[in-house]
Formats: sequence, C-alpha cells, structure tokens
Amino acid sequence: MQAGAQHALGKSENNGGFFMYDVIILGAGVSGCAVARELSRYQGRFCVLEREEDVCCGTSKANSGIVHAGFDAEPGSMKAKMNLEGNRKMKELSEELDIPFQQNGSLIVCTGEEQRENLEALLERGQKNGVEGLQILEREELLKMEPNLSDQAIAALYAPTGGIVCPFELTIALAENACRNGVEFRFRTEVQSIEKLERGFRVTTSQGIFETRAVVNAAGVYADVFHNMVSEKKIHITPRKGEYQLLDKTAGNHVHCTVFALPGKYGKGVLVTPTVHGNLLVGPTALDIEDKEGTNTTREGLDTVAAKSAETVKNVPLRRVITSFAGLRAHEDGDDFILGEPADAAGFFDCAGIESPGLTSAPAIGRYLAEQAAKYLKLPENSAFCPERTGIRRPSELEFEQRKELIRKEPAYGRIICRCEGISEGEILDAIHRPLGARSLDGIKRRTRAGMGRCQAGFCSPKVMELLVRECGMEWEQLSKSGGDSWLICGKNKDGIDGGENSGQEG
Amino acid sequence: MRRHAIVIIGGGPAGLAAAASAAEHGEKDLLILERDRELGGILNQCIHNGFGLHTFQEELTGSEYAARYIEKVRQLGIPCLTDTMVLDISPEKVVTAVSPSEGLFQIQAEAVILAMGCRERPRGALNLPGYRPAGIFTAGTAQRLVNVEGRMPGREVVILGSGDIGLIMARRMTLEGANVKVVAELMPYSGGLKRNIVQCLEDYGIPLKLSHTVVDIHGKERLTGVTLARVDGSGRPIPGTEEEYSCDTLLLSVGLIPENELSKSAGVALSPLTSGPVVDESFQTSTEGIFACGNVLHVHDLVDFVSEEAAGAGRHAVEYIRRKRGENPPCPDRPVLEIVPGEGVRYTVPSVLHMAQMDDSLKIRFRVRNVYKNCYVTVSAGERQLLRRKKQILAPGEMEEAVIRREMLDEALPAESVTVRIEEV
Repeated sequence: MQAGAQHALGKSENNGGFFMYDVIILGAGVSGCAVARELSRYQGRFCVLEREEDVCCGTSKANSGIVHAGFDAEPGSMKAKMNLEGNRKMKELSEELDIPFQQNGSLIVCTGEEQRENLEALLERGQKNGVEGLQILEREELLKMEPNLSDQAIAALYAPTGGIVCPFELTIALAENACRNGVEFRFRTEVQSIEKLERGFRVTTSQGIFETRAVVNAAGVYADVFHNMVSEKKIHITPRKGEYQLLDKTAGNHVHCTVFALPGKYGKGVLVTPTVHGNLLVGPTALDIEDKEGTNTTREGLDTVAAKSAETVKNVPLRRVITSFAGLRAHEDGDDFILGEPADAAGFFDCAGIESPGLTSAPAIGRYLAEQAAKYLKLPENSAFCPERTGIRRPSELEFEQRKELIRKEPAYGRIICRCEGISEGEILDAIHRPLGARSLDGIKRRTRAGMGRCQAGFCSPKVMELLVRECGMEWEQLSKSGGDSWLICGKNKDGIDGGENSGQEG
Repeated sequence: MRRHAIVIIGGGPAGLAAAASAAEHGEKDLLILERDRELGGILNQCIHNGFGLHTFQEELTGSEYAARYIEKVRQLGIPCLTDTMVLDISPEKVVTAVSPSEGLFQIQAEAVILAMGCRERPRGALNLPGYRPAGIFTAGTAQRLVNVEGRMPGREVVILGSGDIGLIMARRMTLEGANVKVVAELMPYSGGLKRNIVQCLEDYGIPLKLSHTVVDIHGKERLTGVTLARVDGSGRPIPGTEEEYSCDTLLLSVGLIPENELSKSAGVALSPLTSGPVVDESFQTSTEGIFACGNVLHVHDLVDFVSEEAAGAGRHAVEYIRRKRGENPPCPDRPVLEIVPGEGVRYTVPSVLHMAQMDDSLKIRFRVRNVYKNCYVTVSAGERQLLRRKKQILAPGEMEEAVIRREMLDEALPAESVTVRIEEV
C-alpha cells in the first residue's frame, strides 16, 4: 500500500469509523479490470471483488476477441463513442501491457444484391461514427484478399482498423498492472447485497462486509441485480448466449481478416476470424435465455455456428475443431452501454449492458469511469503509477541464440510441459508466481496457453498438476480446473474400498 | 552442430526397438531423444498384463515389456537424452531439440526415425455439447493419474468409447474403488480387442451400450451427470432414447491420432487414411532418409507388432545410410508398385513397394472397414492373385496382416499395384 492510498483512506470518514475502500469494483472481467487499472492512476484504496477464483471468468472469457472498428454502433450512442476510442487506444495499450494485438482488418460481407443497400448504409454509419479508412470492395478485389469467401459474396465493407486481441491476456494484463499499482483483488468473494449509506455503500459478500465510498458495477450479466439494489430506475439485462467453435492452428490461415455477415437484429452475427495465436474462431450464435449461468453449448447452437459461417466463408474446416464453448453477453433492454451514476445513486457507477463491442471499448470505458469516480471522490493523481507490465516470457518467440541463452540461465525454460503449444515449465512457474498468479488448470491455461492446443490438456494436465502441488504446496485433492467445486482428484487409489491399503488411515 | 548417423525421435516402444535393431545391424552412432523423464513411453503407465505374447512368448505388463527393451538399449550402449523435446525436424534432417540440461541444440542426422507415438482425441474434437466442468478426462490421462501418480480422478464413472484404453480403464477404475456405470460406444461394434471386452467389462459386469453416445454434459464446476442416447445408422442421436446417468467422471476413449506435427515440419507426406506418414516397404517416408514406425505411423493394437515394425525401420535406416555412404551398392532399377486398399479395407501399411528393396517377403498390415464374418482376405497384383486366406471374423478394432512373397510378385509383373481386399462369401 502506497502512502498516497493511506492519505485518501484517512479522509474516508464515515459515522465515526473508516471506509475500508474508496472504490469497490464489482467483477474482474475486462471492464472491471480496465476500470481498476485506470483508477490506479489516482491515489486511493481500490478493491475488485470477484466471485470466481480468477479474473476473466465470465463474459470476458467466452469472447470473440475482436477489436471492432466501430462502424455498426448507433451514431451518438455510448457504444459508438467507446468503441471508437477503445479501438484507437488498443495499440498503445497492447504495447504498455505486453500483449499480442493485430490490426488484421474486418470485412463485412454482402451476399446478395438485395443487401447492397444495407452495406451502403453501414458504410455511411461507420463514416458518421468517425471510423477511418472504410471502403466497399467488389468481389474480384475481395477474392484477392480472401480467396475463401463464399461464392455468394458480391461485395464487402472493408474496415482496416478492425483488429484481434486475446481476451484472457488483455484482462489478465490489465488486472496485473492494476495490482502492481496498488489495487487489491479479492477472489471467491460473491456480493450478496449492496446498501446505500448516508455517504457511501455497504457491500455484503460471502467473505464479509466491506464499506466503500463508491462502487463501480462491472458485474456483467449480474449488473442489473446490483444496480437495482441501489436505484429505483430499474434496468434489465438479458443473457444472450453465444456459442463458438475453435479450430486447430492448421486452419488459422483460412481467412486473414475478421469476416462478418451484415449485422442483424441480434448483433453482428456469426464471424470467422483468425485469433492472435493463429487458431480459427467461428461464432457466436445469439440466443436470449433466462439463466445467467447458462454457459452450456447445445447441438443446435454448434450446428448453427457451422451453417451460418458457411454463408460468408466457404469450406471452413470444421472437422479440425479442437474445442467449443459458450458465453453470455450482457444485453440491456436499452441496447446501449450504461456508464455512470444513476440519478438516485450518487457514487454508484454503472458499467452495465457491456456486450459487443465491450472488449474493444474496455480501455475507453475504464478511463471514462475512473475519471468520473476520481472526480466524484476528488482523488489526487498517483504520481507513482506505472503503466507498464511485462508479460510471461515466451522462449518459443525468441531467436535461436537468445532462447539458448535464456535456457542456459534458467533451465526450466528448456523443459516443455505442453507439447501442442510448446509451453515450457519456466512459463508455467512465471504464471504461478507473478501477481494474481494462477492456482488452477484454467488459470495456467489462460496465462500460458498450456492445455489450449489440439490435445486439450490430455498430456500436460498431470504435469501442470504436479507443478501446482510442488510450487503452491497444494494437496492433490485441492487441485481444481477453475476453483470452487471443480476438483480434479478425489483421493488416492483404493481409498473407496473397505480394507484397501489406504482405507482407515484417517480414522 | 552435433552429428549422428541416426536420430530416433521418441523413446517409447517404437523408438527403443528401432534403435536396438539399428545397433544390431551394425550402426553404432545413434541417439534417442525422449521428451519424458524416463524411456518407455506410454508403456510405463500400462501396468496391466497382456504384453509380449508374440515377442517374448510370455505375458508381461506394459512396464515390464518396456523394461526389457530399455535394458537391451542400455546393453547395446545406445545414447539417450531424456527430458528432451524435439521442436523441429527439417527436410535436410536437422533436428532441433531442447532440454533443461542440454539447452537448445541442433543435430545433423544422416537418417531420422520418427517414433513419436499418438495422442488421444479429446472432448473438443467430438464437439460434445453441454457444460465444460472438471471431471472429463481422456482415458489415457486418467490412466496416468491412477497408475503413475496413484490418484483417483473420480468415483462414479461413465466411459464413452470402447477403444482398448477405455476398456482397460473400466477395469482399472473398478479395481481402484470406483463405480463404472456404463461404457457407451457410438459404433454398432467395439473398437477394442475382443479379449479386452471379455476381461475388462464382462468379468466385472460393466454394461457395454453399442450405438450410443453422450448428447449432453451436466454440471458447471464438477461433472454431475451425462445424457446418453441411442444413435441411428449414421451416428445421429435418436430423440426419445435419452437416458440420464449421474456420474462425477467421464472418460473418453474415442480414438487415437498419430502425432505428426514434426513429420509435417520435415515435409513428410501424410496419408489421410492413417493420419500417419505414407511409407514404403522400408518404412521410409516421402522425405528421403526419414523413416517412421509405431503409432506415429498408424495406430496399433499390440505393442508386439510395434516392436516388429520398428525393428524393420531400424534395419532399413542402416541399409539406407550404407547405400548413401557408398558402402552398399545402389539399388537396381526395378518397378515401384502402389499398395492399394481394395473393397472392405480401410488402409494398408506400407502403401508403396520398391521391388528393388523388397525382402524375400513383405508383411502388409491393414484394417478393415467393418465387421466381416466368414470371408476371404485376398491380395492381388494386376490380374494375379498372390494370396487368398479364409477368415472367420474380421473387425475394425483388430489389425490384420498379409504376407506376400517376392517370387510370386515377380511372376505377376508387370503390374502397377498390389490390392488387398475382403471378399464376402
């Protein structure tokens, strides 16, 4: 805790006591972590409460990873404003945070003359939003760029500022940087209620009660629940399920741009895109559901992904699928981001209805809400703020001699644990020991990609388990896929048998 | 750069047998590269018996079988580097590898033997719908946890797929105290060996449901159950046949895939039928001087056949080097034939035959497409039949072989191809 934070804490007087925090942020998704990082540019005591065991476990996890250009949001909307600004900030941010980002461009494909009007309208809308470099390309030119576009593609809107980013790495990097700059993170902490005090808020959680001067509500599909606890102006969020299929890296060159269909009522439709790590991603579907936990995939959903992708891109090698997953976007009835204080709840800053283009907008949303909260709390600037974060060192990206040198100094970088992605023990140790380090298989996977390849952790998971046991002093029975009840080992062999060699040891 | 005559990629059963055979045929400058800490490969986690009946005429466990070959390799003085991962093989046979003790290094080889084995098909590749909780393991991963680490991955188990590892794990999990409720198999027949169905399921009263698959997965954090359904002739679930099974563990034994990423980097052509390299009678791939054997070439049922095949690859690699160095005369100009899977046959290994390099006889290994009863296996070259053998039963889960003799083939020439087919009566 730096001196500046103490100072602000001292001023946080309440009813003769002290507030524990200046700002509590609900949710460690990409928006919450972006707000946390931007807040750490100021002096104060900030805490992120997350119900899962790690950052990036909700909506941000099952995400297309697209840095949208910003052509399809309603002009004048928060979505349009944040999208544009987020897109423009992403390159610098990716350099500061040492994460991969590629401006691979987006194509919005028109597959019939009757749609041409819509394509023109999209161009016009994009220009109105201030998107640079937009142009309509005709089939012949398109095929030179993307030979695998569908035979029905007659033209497309090309947005050169569209890009791709890894949602895990972006969120994790924002959180690590926030943590380094003094923001506290509390995991496995589920918020149960929020109460407005005369000044500030009382947040009751599964891990105790916290009082805070301000709240940022970045709780994804649950943001309406928390908003409605403090405001009479109710909001309503519908979980909109999106199913995806992720294909092997051998399919990663099938397209180079991110290929969209023309947007429809339920958003941007099924896209086909390379990922920053060289896989091919296809999806998402869009189905409004009731269940805020409904992240299961369905036969119909996965079939829809296949069918819809074929409308814009032909011969998508779906046989090379390595995994499929579903995520829930937080769709608010008003169809726009809700950012800032409701009229009747000063100090409660909504970051709600963050669906697409939420990932793109995160850097802008973070800045926007942090500035509002800092202004409200009159927080002084934190001159010690460091914007830089160093990512996990990737020996596979080094030149031969550099890699050799690294392994000579640190032999753990010479032991490959995940053979599909070529991830070394050194990288896994880094993921465990850095700030907000990984404690589960998924935590390791999202930080290092170990287990994300074509064998889907078949070979490396016992080895990663061994490393977690060794490095964190965990018992085998404490190992988990993603915290909570996601245990991996239930005991030793024969534990369950009467008279077995390990039975009766407890008693 | 280091130099070695033959670099063997993988120290499992195939790599060990290939190396031993190369040494026995006179080549001393060998190096085995193994990614794990010990030699032996996947056999180290195969603590059940049934290994070695063909090779040693006795019944061994997998680890005992491996130990015999490890001992042989030691006695022959063949150098090995363990904990060493090969990162790349170039078509010029430069092998790039890394290990904590040796660091990053390259080796120029005169010949390379690919013996990397295979991997299991994971859930993702099946696109099984449902939640993605903990508790879904490939059978081999569970086997490692139980047999090597001594840890149980669950108590209430459903197994999808009746491949041999799945069957073996049904018995192992039962013996270690778990309750194996059912084995579901998508196909109307099992993909495993008959003896395993009897010894691992029937002996323990574990039901095998043919033509069934998992259609839904329940549980958000840890698996709580799966839904099974019957499938129609084309593998599609039949609505209304769903059955719920509560379980905390789903083991997958749904296919093995030869692991050929390195082969691709070496420019080796792969067969879409086996997912392994296209090889000739000498187990040489499409890249000169690169040989392949074991499960990286095609998935085997029995390790004994892996060893036999790998010994052939080792011997041929030595012969190749000798010809290359001018120690052996070059091959005479003789016809090159294709070996083609005919009716009822899914693939053959090898698929190319250089008559000039053929021994007195050639063993063709193959798998059939379906279950056939009372049928004939025939091998022909052009119009001429080389072999016709009656078989009571043939199944896709059991690898078959046919031996053809060079003198018979000589008489059949000229011919462009050799065809293996199944004739139903």
